[in-house]
Amino acid sequence: MSEQMTKPKSMLQAAGLSKTFRLGSRFRAGGIQHLQALKDVSVEVQTGEILGLVGESGCGKSTLGRCLLRLYDIDDGRITFKDRDISHLSQRELRPLRADMQMVFQDPYSSLNPRRRVRDLIAEPLRVHGRHSERDVQARLRELMELVNLSPDFLSRFPHEFSGGQRQRIGIARAIALSPSLIVADEPVSALDVSVQAQIVNLFMDLQEKLGLTYVFIAHDLSVVRQIATRTAVMYLGSIVELGETDEVLHRPAHPYTAALISAVPEADASGRIKARTILKGEPPSPTNPPPGCRFHTRCPIAQERCRVEVPRLMPLGHNRSVACHFPLQGSAGHA
Amino acid sequence: MPADQTQTTAKTLLDVQDLCVSFRSEGGLIRILENVSFTVREREILAIVGESGSGKSMTSLAVMRLITDPNAVITGSIRYKGRDLLQASEREMRSLRGSDIAMIFQDPMTAMTPVYTIGWQIEEQLRAHQKLSRRAARARAVELLGEMGVPSPAKVAGRYPHQLSGGLRQRAMIAMALSCNPSLLIADEPTTALDVTVQAQILELIQRLRADFGSSVIFITHDMGVVATVSDRVMVMYAGIIAERGPKPAVLGGPQHPYTLGLLHSIPPMHGVRPHRLPSIPGSPPAPMGRPAGCAFQPRCDFRMDICATRPPLFHNGTQEASCWLAEKGAPDWARERAIRAAGDAA
Amino acid sequence: MFFPVIRRLGEMLFVMFGISVVVFLIFFATPGADPAARIAGRNATPQVLAQVRHSFGFDQPLPVQYVKVMEKLFVSRDLTSFVNRGEKVIPAVVEAAPVTLSLVLGAAVIWVVFGIWVGVTAAATRGTIIDRALMFAGLVGISMPVFWVGSVANLLTQSRWHNTWLFHWVPGLGYTPLTQHPLLWFKGLVIPWITLAILYIGLYGRVLRANLVEAYQEDFIRTARAKGLSEARIMFRHALRTSLITFVSMFGLDFGALVGGGALLTEVVFNLPGVGRLTYLALQSLDLPFIMATVMYSSFFVVVANALVDIAYAWLDPRVRDAR
Repeated sequence: MSEQMTKPKSMLQAAGLSKTFRLGSRFRAGGIQHLQALKDVSVEVQTGEILGLVGESGCGKSTLGRCLLRLYDIDDGRITFKDRDISHLSQRELRPLRADMQMVFQDPYSSLNPRRRVRDLIAEPLRVHGRHSERDVQARLRELMELVNLSPDFLSRFPHEFSGGQRQRIGIARAIALSPSLIVADEPVSALDVSVQAQIVNLFMDLQEKLGLTYVFIAHDLSVVRQIATRTAVMYLGSIVELGETDEVLHRPAHPYTAALISAVPEADASGRIKARTILKGEPPSPTNPPPGCRFHTRCPIAQERCRVEVPRLMPLGHNRSVACHFPLQGSAGHA
Repeated sequence: MPADQTQTTAKTLLDVQDLCVSFRSEGGLIRILENVSFTVREREILAIVGESGSGKSMTSLAVMRLITDPNAVITGSIRYKGRDLLQASEREMRSLRGSDIAMIFQDPMTAMTPVYTIGWQIEEQLRAHQKLSRRAARARAVELLGEMGVPSPAKVAGRYPHQLSGGLRQRAMIAMALSCNPSLLIADEPTTALDVTVQAQILELIQRLRADFGSSVIFITHDMGVVATVSDRVMVMYAGIIAERGPKPAVLGGPQHPYTLGLLHSIPPMHGVRPHRLPSIPGSPPAPMGRPAGCAFQPRCDFRMDICATRPPLFHNGTQEASCWLAEKGAPDWARERAIRAAGDAA
Repeated sequence: MFFPVIRRLGEMLFVMFGISVVVFLIFFATPGADPAARIAGRNATPQVLAQVRHSFGFDQPLPVQYVKVMEKLFVSRDLTSFVNRGEKVIPAVVEAAPVTLSLVLGAAVIWVVFGIWVGVTAAATRGTIIDRALMFAGLVGISMPVFWVGSVANLLTQSRWHNTWLFHWVPGLGYTPLTQHPLLWFKGLVIPWITLAILYIGLYGRVLRANLVEAYQEDFIRTARAKGLSEARIMFRHALRTSLITFVSMFGLDFGALVGGGALLTEVVFNLPGVGRLTYLALQSLDLPFIMATVMYSSFFVVVANALVDIAYAWLDPRVRDAR
């Protein structure tokens, strides 16, 4: 078997992405603040995979998701979608591409227009891209409702008549309406009840199998990411600190932040054993005033002098693994 | 970790019996809580778990008599240190609130008054219940913040809520709640709005409360993992009733109610085999208006039977209690029940 | 806080400048009419017209005219009204200012006190008959035009019931300066104060009640109760304090507008020689210099009030101080 056949195709590639938000003004208290949401982020999304993006608030995962879809302009770096450079295309030029890359949002209560009926909400992308006759649209609507396990009777109702889980299904139906290749899901289950989260996670996995989708799945809940993602990227304060196959990253973390994150997750271990935990001290630094050197060094249990000064870059660490740390943890996939 | 609490002779601090909370509306009486009973002992952490519509928050508000809606109908008894709170006057309640029973809420950003500093708000609570000069109150406020692990407590006391991070705000709220040394702290989803690493710190803090302050805690949450980490006993609520109750290892290790079982199984496991698809409970929790007659969980239950059209009482099995007909004659054997039904379907 | 204040004052000056240019253009640069004729008033002789043209520099380009007008207005202050036989405009306005100030300040005290009382009482008893009665009364207060209320007040206090024990003390219509006779100053203003305040009590009472009811839904009120605080303390220290932010902003703007001459209907009905009445008379006779002066005067106060409200807002609401 040649290298060409085994190497998965890359659907989306981001290289050196940076994004800074400017807040405030010269005349107000504090002056102009620069919030560096993303700093030199490079990541590749392979065709057919589910890439999990985890991190806590302020790490930049939502910003990265939106930048990948060019919902934001980027300040630096390159984005390639299906071998086409989309880094600096205008919104107008991007419009035909939008049919191929879609987003599912976090809050099912605010991401659906409450004044529109479900059928209009889902049909809108079809009508906007103008490719379908009205009869085709109606047929497609039924098809979509079936795909997301909702009764077609619901098409004539309004969003407020549904529960959170059902609304999220509507949002998903809307996202897959145009048969996109890539979907970025921004915390799609965080706002749902626990018993409903499992249903929606299952739905995502079903759709991926049925429709051959590729996902970037953003979440803060590690257990959800473990269930659904093939590869996982861990982010902290605007950079990717670790990237690799999900079970490797989550069970043999190379970065101290990943280790702390995993140990902080409270687990329903029935035996009542308190699991050993690395509790990080202090608060995450403000993204407007990040620490020098490695951004994690202020809270890192194994920080050394070098970490205060030199910014670690994302370096490969064994097969299909990379980490941005000067002293990656032992026991990770460093020694193949 | 203390062993099964039911064996100890710790005194009962709070004894709630047959608490019912309903609201009068145009369509009739909307029942939010139906016959909720539970106890909390001294130095014990009771977790109340439930999803939306379960009534868990309403339970805590009822205990504190904080339900101000004139259309509310509250019956039952809430005995705190022997006294029935539902019979107490508003003045008696005011002297209890904030001094003997304290509460912390989910979102500390909106739960604190935005126009006053943290220090001012803690002082206010201190001076409402204790005779302290302003200087003494301020000193105590700073001291409390320090005890909660707040760095530079004097500086933080001079800050406004919106100037602090989520974790610090929650610590400040906890400091405020503990200022008068309450015997009972009710924590309503205190870590839901926080990052996981910050949540870990706050959970550790709450566990320390029992040791350092001798308080009991009612911890309300929807996260089973949090339940596993902090609680001694668990009460699972669903649609306004108690589904299951008992010591934590028993309930989490051997659930006796299908809802608890389903909830535990639908959590994606961090270790071990990854299921192809997550087991999930079909449907969603009902809204108070849309509760089914009979057993509230029936429409979503994998194990429903004809008898479920009648609401089951709470059955006792050892240290656990579950309101499910399958628990009538002892702890249910879920594997067997599944097998019976699978065979029945195949037939 | 320093920088924002400076910035605000800078903005104020800029706005004032802008207003002065617009006023100037309206009065002097409207095509098709001769500004000289308008300044001189009707029935002006050709000599007066020529004098006006020369004095204002109408044969010169617009910016020069602007500078000349501004100079007459602010620097030499010898802008005179030709309609009123050479009466100097600026001193007249300056003389009228204390009258307006007396009227508005007194009314403001009344409306703030009663507005808060109405708002707090209605919110505390919300849903009951007291609440509804107060809101209804407020609505009535807003709906009655101030000139009508004033006229009715005059009818009662000056003629119909003037000789009863209730109103015999009310002096004739007009104004007595405070320095001249304090008691008479006070007695002459009581009825105008109440008349002007009625509208605002209704308005502020209703707005405050709405704000308070909304504040009561907030989480921090629930926390305050959980702390064991009394209902009175919760109302005044927590709910009212946060609702005051809107109240103060509204107050600042209304006060500024009124002091600048917005109380003109009240002044006319009660024959108080304030800036509002001056404006009214000037409008009636189309006395251009007076109109210009009062417009500038009025806009100055509105702009100042706006700036002060912004500053007060930041002081009252700490979230705004750090806001981006």
